[in-house]
Amino acid sequence: MNTRIVEVRAKVLRQNDLLAYALRDSFRASGVSVISLVSSPGSGKTTFLEKLLSVLAPEFRVAALVGDLATENDASRLRRATPNVRQITTGTICHLDAQMIKRALEGWRLDALDFLFIENVGNLVCPSSYDLGEELRFLLLSATEGEDKPLKYPTIFNSSDVAIITKMDMAEAAEFDAAAARRNIEGVRPGMQIFEVSAKTGLGMPHVFQFLRDTKSSNAQVAEAFPRAGNLQSTNKA
Amino acid sequence: MHELSIALSIIDEIGDETEARGLNGVEVIHLKVGVFSGIDRDALLFAWGLACEGTPLEHSRLDIEIIPLVIYCAVCDQNRTPPSVYQLCCPACNTPSETIVTGRELEVVSLEVAA
Repeated sequence: MNTRIVEVRAKVLRQNDLLAYALRDSFRASGVSVISLVSSPGSGKTTFLEKLLSVLAPEFRVAALVGDLATENDASRLRRATPNVRQITTGTICHLDAQMIKRALEGWRLDALDFLFIENVGNLVCPSSYDLGEELRFLLLSATEGEDKPLKYPTIFNSSDVAIITKMDMAEAAEFDAAAARRNIEGVRPGMQIFEVSAKTGLGMPHVFQFLRDTKSSNAQVAEAFPRAGNLQSTNKA
Repeated sequence: MHELSIALSIIDEIGDETEARGLNGVEVIHLKVGVFSGIDRDALLFAWGLACEGTPLEHSRLDIEIIPLVIYCAVCDQNRTPPSVYQLCCPACNTPSETIVTGRELEVVSLEVAA
């Protein structure tokens, strides 16, 4: 049987991308800085985020979405820092996508927020394909995982904006070579900003807080143009 | 392993196209997959068989063209193939580059349909 060729030229993730662009536009218009966190399971995303939320909460209006296959455990932990936390349970899906973010945000007023953090499912492969509309993607790598992670997962490192090396209080015990880790990150993502921290001891965390404040103030002009609301819960969402 | 999600997105995308253009009997789907797209070719082929079962694409075939990683070197003003996917630098002058020209593709290029 004869066949003919029909040109299509469509991005496979077009639907996700379109939704992510729309989210990014609404985040910008609302003046909220949206930062996603990706890492392998157990590299300290939740502890790091708990610290960020508790330090930023007195100064800024913060909220978090946290993705996991199952359980509300992470959301419960983060609620100690702020009540504005929602868990996204993905079931068997190994990543968050833009549709999940859109759904999870329903009823929240974005213009009542300064920072929204999105903790992705612990996974260094799948999240790299999905734009969530975030402004910055933080990639967390723990000192106990070894310095060659960037070489094994170049795609996710390359698609991220900032690298956070966590658990630096355990670096010596794990014989972690920070210089080699930095070289490897530089290899897969030239010019990437890198922070070495311990969320547990607080080591290096002030640099991250300062980075976030700077990010916020560089967005301030956009945010100032829009009226602000004080209450996150929208009372009359269509 | 998110290739099953990707396979389902491809099926949706093709469904939209065939409906919009009134096409029937898709036999081959030509895809471009960059080495930096995060998609594994074999896992996608495996997922394709599962995802298509019971759909109009059940007997279709995926033809995957792998797109290599190419970066732009600002010093040489040339597109270059880096030494590896974890050394994004110019092979000629060693300057690191974060400008990716190709390698991130994940696209349905064309369909072969019954004439």
